[in-house]
Amino acid sequence: MSSQPVSFCVTFSVTSGVFAARKALAKLLDGLAPLQLDSEDADSIKMVLAEVLNNIVEHGYPNPQEPGPIGVQCTLVGDGLDIALTDTGEPMPNGEPPIGNAPNTNVQFADLPEGGFGWFLIKMFAQNITYKRTGSINTLAFHLPIRVKISA
Amino acid sequence: MELSTKTVDPVLIVSVNEDRIDAAVAIEFKDAMRAETLDEPKIVVLDLSTVNFIDSSGLGAIVASMKHMGQDRTLALAGLTPTVDKVFRLTRMDTVFSLFATLEGALEALCNPPA
Repeated sequence: MSSQPVSFCVTFSVTSGVFAARKALAKLLDGLAPLQLDSEDADSIKMVLAEVLNNIVEHGYPNPQEPGPIGVQCTLVGDGLDIALTDTGEPMPNGEPPIGNAPNTNVQFADLPEGGFGWFLIKMFAQNITYKRTGSINTLAFHLPIRVKISA
Repeated sequence: MELSTKTVDPVLIVSVNEDRIDAAVAIEFKDAMRAETLDEPKIVVLDLSTVNFIDSSGLGAIVASMKHMGQDRTLALAGLTPTVDKVFRLTRMDTVFSLFATLEGALEALCNPPA
């Protein structure tokens, strides 16, 4: 039995809302179970996806009365996962992802950061991040390196 | 969100009885922490040993809880699971809080401070 390159893709959609990120994360990890991710890689996926999904829920669909779909597509490529998220919510301000500077902890007590960690965490792990707005659809795509162990 | 508390003089231990502090519960967590720390215990240890995941919202809520307590009081964190510990280190928040691997270790250090 020779091992052939396996086409492995997890695709699903959730509806935005308070528990959307949790639900999508659980679905994705469930779908990726055959890859037998080690805890290091599972952590990176959880951290990045939680932040990306939170951003869509909070900023893409800011009105809880008007929820919308969040599509997740995750494809196994040579050295990791190509992940694309789509939504029909608000476009990203300035048409591009935030810079994601490191949180500044060298500040007065009262000025310690209570936010701004999200994009910093995303950019720590995600590579080749692209954002595009096509009509009313936002697509955020990136590559997440993992140690692939799948066997055919 | 359910928090439970216990006093081991002079420390108030606040335990999180959830497996995650994420965007879905961050505001609830912040409100519950505020309520639990109202009567001004000087030292609070937040026991995170049941928490397997924290996102930026949860992290922000813990920072907000500390800021609400004020600079003359201490919020220490104990029982960080590997993933939670990683989030604190990556965001440099490990430099802002006292982190203890176990609740016992935190109590040992905080109840018997070196003279």
